[in-house]
Amino acid sequence: MQDAFFYLFAALTLLCGFLVIGNPFSRNPVTSAMFLVLTIVSMAGLFVLLHAFFLAAIQVLVYAGAVMVLFLFVIMLLDLKTEERRKVKAFGLVTGLISVAAILAMIVKTYAFDSNLSANLPPPTLEGSTAELGAVLFTRYLLPFEILSVLLLVAMVGVILLSKKDLK
Amino acid sequence: MTVGLTHYLVTSALLFGLGLLGVIARRNLLVIYMSLELMLNAANLALVAFSRFTNNANGQVIVFFIITVAAAEVAVGLALIVALYRKRQTAHVEDLATMRL
Repeated sequence: MQDAFFYLFAALTLLCGFLVIGNPFSRNPVTSAMFLVLTIVSMAGLFVLLHAFFLAAIQVLVYAGAVMVLFLFVIMLLDLKTEERRKVKAFGLVTGLISVAAILAMIVKTYAFDSNLSANLPPPTLEGSTAELGAVLFTRYLLPFEILSVLLLVAMVGVILLSKKDLK
Repeated sequence: MTVGLTHYLVTSALLFGLGLLGVIARRNLLVIYMSLELMLNAANLALVAFSRFTNNANGQVIVFFIITVAAAEVAVGLALIVALYRKRQTAHVEDLATMRL
């Protein structure tokens, strides 16, 4: 049963991921953004299958909710009608495919080198519940957590400064 | 064959490849940005899979950090794109060739 769900969600993730970058029917960024939302939601399904319940919730709330709304907001703000007609250049496609093949070959080689990596693992027992993650987050990772809040503040100030009318 | 670590890693690698292809082949700044998000998500999936199958919660905490940093990055990047669009009236990388030799 779980395996069937894994294949379902993995196929959905990859299909929607493909439609984000190369939708054959539409070059409109809005369709890309919509398929990115679907990718993220099906990836939250994969997180649930991995027992990472807190991260699945965060993924839907923060990514599919906040980040994608921001994306759509900006797409609507910029009027991109003339952009749709442009073609994808063959040169970009070929270089892209070559670099993707190189990177994938590298990943596969690295994994094959460590082929006993997944062979003798103990059965997974970790539950990514909020309580368990919080216990780690507020003890071992307390300082990075606080630094992260400063980072968010810096990002906020930067965005306000960048979106001022008279950019100096 | 039961679904294990390898299955998740293959999914993650393929998704990363899709994102990389999008960054290199597409010419719209916003779509390039979305492809970057795809790559970040692929890395997240690999981290969560490793965390689950090695019984180590640190991986999930790092994913939590990555999601937060990605949110900040999206906010700043989109503000940059809007500022660029205001100045140049384009969100297309081939029109932004001022620094090209």
